[in-house]
Amino acid sequence: MKAFSYVSATDVAAALRAISTEPNAKFLGGGTNLVDLMREEIEQPDTIIDITRLPLSGIEELPGGGVRIGAMVRNSHLAAHRLIRTRYPMLSQAVLTGASAQLRNMATVGGNLLQRTRCLYFYDGAAACNKREPGRGCDAIGGFTRNHAILGASEACVATHPSDMCVALAALDATVVAESVRGVRRIPMTEFHVLPGETPDIETTLAADELVTAVELPDLPVAATSAYRKVRDRASYAFALVSVAAALETSGGAVSAVRLALGGVAAKPWRAYQAEQVLLGAPATDETFERAADAELAPAVAQSQNAFKIELARRAIVATLRRLLTEGSAA
Amino acid sequence: MTQAPVHSRPAPATAERIVGKPIDRVDGRAKTTGAARYSAEYPYPDIAHAALVHATVSRGRIAGIDAAAASAVPGVLAVITHLNAPAMKPPPPVSMMNLSSLASGTTVNYLNTDEVHWDGQPVAVVVAETLEAAQRAASLVEVTYETLPATFDFAAEEKNAKPQKSDLVQSGGATKGDAEAALAAAPVSVDLRFTTPPHNHNALEPHATTAAWDGDRVTVYDGAQNMYWVRDNLALKFGIPAANVRVISPYVGGAFGGKTMVWAGTILTVLAARVTARPVRLMLTREGVYRTVGGRTPSTQRVALGAEADGRLTALVHTSVTRLGRVGGGPEQVTSQSRHLYDAENILVQQNLVKLDLLPNTVMRAPGESIGTFALESAIDELAGELGMDPIALRMRNEPERNPIDGKRFAHRMLREAYARGAERFGWSERTPEPGSMRDGRWLVGMGVASAYHPSWQFAANVTVRLSADGTVVVRCGFHEMGMGGATAQAQIAADALGVPFEAVRVEYGDTALPTGPGAGGSGQTASIAASLVSACDKLKRSVLALARRSGDSPLRGQRMTGVEARDGGLYRTGRPGLGETYAAILTRAGRDSVEARVGSDTRVGAIAGQVRFMSKLMLDRRRWVKAASGAQFCEVRVDPDTGEVRVSRWVGVFDVGTVINAKTTAGQLRGGIVMGVGMALSEETLVDPRNGRIMNPSLAEYHVPVHADIPSIDVSWLDEPDPTMPLGLIGVGEVSITGAAAAIANAVHHATGRRVRDLPITLDRLL
Repeated sequence: MKAFSYVSATDVAAALRAISTEPNAKFLGGGTNLVDLMREEIEQPDTIIDITRLPLSGIEELPGGGVRIGAMVRNSHLAAHRLIRTRYPMLSQAVLTGASAQLRNMATVGGNLLQRTRCLYFYDGAAACNKREPGRGCDAIGGFTRNHAILGASEACVATHPSDMCVALAALDATVVAESVRGVRRIPMTEFHVLPGETPDIETTLAADELVTAVELPDLPVAATSAYRKVRDRASYAFALVSVAAALETSGGAVSAVRLALGGVAAKPWRAYQAEQVLLGAPATDETFERAADAELAPAVAQSQNAFKIELARRAIVATLRRLLTEGSAA
Repeated sequence: MTQAPVHSRPAPATAERIVGKPIDRVDGRAKTTGAARYSAEYPYPDIAHAALVHATVSRGRIAGIDAAAASAVPGVLAVITHLNAPAMKPPPPVSMMNLSSLASGTTVNYLNTDEVHWDGQPVAVVVAETLEAAQRAASLVEVTYETLPATFDFAAEEKNAKPQKSDLVQSGGATKGDAEAALAAAPVSVDLRFTTPPHNHNALEPHATTAAWDGDRVTVYDGAQNMYWVRDNLALKFGIPAANVRVISPYVGGAFGGKTMVWAGTILTVLAARVTARPVRLMLTREGVYRTVGGRTPSTQRVALGAEADGRLTALVHTSVTRLGRVGGGPEQVTSQSRHLYDAENILVQQNLVKLDLLPNTVMRAPGESIGTFALESAIDELAGELGMDPIALRMRNEPERNPIDGKRFAHRMLREAYARGAERFGWSERTPEPGSMRDGRWLVGMGVASAYHPSWQFAANVTVRLSADGTVVVRCGFHEMGMGGATAQAQIAADALGVPFEAVRVEYGDTALPTGPGAGGSGQTASIAASLVSACDKLKRSVLALARRSGDSPLRGQRMTGVEARDGGLYRTGRPGLGETYAAILTRAGRDSVEARVGSDTRVGAIAGQVRFMSKLMLDRRRWVKAASGAQFCEVRVDPDTGEVRVSRWVGVFDVGTVINAKTTAGQLRGGIVMGVGMALSEETLVDPRNGRIMNPSLAEYHVPVHADIPSIDVSWLDEPDPTMPLGLIGVGEVSITGAAAAIANAVHHATGRRVRDLPITLDRLL
């Protein structure tokens, strides 16, 4: 690990001043990803701005019926919160499938948005990685790609986003609230992460001097019947091969409202708009679910070792929607 | 290292046996409170810290090393490379006359050569005042290479494998009759190919060494499975007498074979301490373990079975290909169990080897049988399917009376009993044979069985036992405690042999200054020590009786050992309650503080004589008997029909391990092996990039060992029948329970889904 300076901010204004004046600085939340990456020398900040003392740890109802989640809320607190469990069960379930209990006690909502890929070649300094060193190439292509993208990849990068929480937030039409010395900006969750294109080192639309202060969930009745299904290589403590965040409401046997997003398939949490379009208004049947999954996965392209993920995603979508229909939000 | 004696509890009133009881391990409290000190925890006020720099090419020469930036890091004491390292002797050639020559993990003379033989080979070691400075500086060492052509793709190279030559310890192949002809003629047959991937060691404690020189003597704290190999290897490398090297290996945080050989970290810590004239500590990073400590070889295996319609086996063929490193590694006895498990008329087994430019393989829990049973026991299950027979019935149909390959006698063989008890405990009769026929809600349910088999070993062990006038006993033997409960088991054995309370016995181990103990390997440590310990206790009792029988005041006056038994903390006449006296009374009257007995000699001549005596006994024994632990593994899996996810939901294992010394630690050992078997079956795989030979998942996040959520409650039990040819009747329990485990799971997965997966691990994509 490279030596760094450490400053601790006690209010948002001080944190924003620090990030705008210190060169090559990073905010430190739970540190569950950043510190790992610093140990591997993938991240080498000169200054760490500790934001764990900022007063951003609340979860509160918004006047319009939504919920505001402070950026410093710990994952375990978020998952256990009554408002989240009752109104947005998929979010609570998604968080609980991630990492381990110890990590969830440390990890923050703001930090989880900025979690970086688990691509084996990103983590290995001896390998070529355009995300780590733009222009160096991508050793993942043609290598071990079990955990890699089937949607939205580019010739420069085939990595996936590892967060479970973000998949649920994308499905729920959440909004990320970001602040800088220039003011407050509100970024729709579906526009927060970006696909790699030619610049896989750019992962979000957050500016280097912006601080995530909150995530807002809209008032979304359909989310009360929602679930998160994570498919992985062992029962716990593994990243998703494919995950599905789904909310479903039916009326008279037809889909009256739906939200669907996929994890483990792209460099961003993948909102399944194509599938939602097929589903809305159609009969809530396996046949519809299959058609919806096919529509979403039509542009999927496999890497050398992950063709199975296209079929797995299709089955996971159908199975999750079917279970929502028959069993509701039961995890 | 030692167990504090507890004197407060009164001695049991009668000669109640302590062997077999589920006694808490004597070091349990020290371990759970953190008081137990591991190799990286020995404090020296002036300790320095080391970090390794690893090669990033598979084969080549170091063209240049720029250590300027690393040396400039504040606190750095030395950057040691092949350009400035003192000369060390190369590892000795392997010889069966000098077993410690087997100790070298690789043949590379680290930092004494510019040659690189695998991606990950240490090419520099940085020593600094702090761990952080050492690790940072290590990352700044710039190494450039001239690369040379290399081969590292096992799948591509296995066709170039050559038959394994036989040696004193194992044979590369064997035949009985003409198995291929019998196979071709068999009315029912299967001919199958299996693959298993490379696996890496992931003991909780990464390999760690602390070394401190004092003149030309060095003390080395090293988590080891064979301290004596470490001692002899270091003595040779650094050109000093073995007596100048003291290796202390008090607690070892898991090993499983990974700490059997001497790997780079140990040698380079001692080197770094010599160069810097400071005590040096090196704890490998998890990545460092993957890059410098060998793991299990991958394998491809062919198992072909031919049978009559009634299930009688006429042909059994089992061949394998595994890999060695170009610079070391040993053959895995993949076909071992196939020589012993089934009474086939014709048998052909052959192991083949290919050498690659990779870190040499090493032993890992039940090397050979763990992956060999996967193939054989899966094939037996497939044959049962072809025959329309119950897989247990097929096994029992072919259960041999004598060792199938050569007609030797079995020292002990209770597989029938193991299956009978296992079937009952598991509820095998509730299984409906048709694949895919059992469900629980949406889950597909499958039940599978497989046989476990592991040969039993016994090594030489020197032991001293000292009995003090206060009635306490000290057992001294340089053995190894990697978590299996060795000190507890030996204290139980000594307590029974001498008739003293368990709490009166203290066991000293983990130090080469002690009488030479056996290595911890081949599941042989407990039996090896037990043999010597029981005989040392007999000697001791005779010495004590000699003191008593000469005394006119003793009720034991004139008695011989045959008429005397040890119980209640003393010697008493057999069948004459009360006629006898305590050890304390005998020693006090004789004016002795203590009496000591010794088995084996640690003098140079004594050690050689002991080794020769031991080897000849071993060879004689092997000619006469086939000795092994065995068992029946039963498992139930649930498979998600949508996603192919496999979850093990139930496990019953029944084992024939002879006499059980400690019911609690034995259960732990057996469960642990099954857990490792679950990992082998479902998730573990080292990813070696076939394009460059580099391990790409050197971390516990990406190399998937099972987590708690993957493991159901595991029912283990044993038949508890002593093996008459083994000391105290005990057979080792360390490895048998990983064998058969992966096959039981694969067979259960087939029963649940109708899918045969012959390539490990059984990941969900293979079931979609």
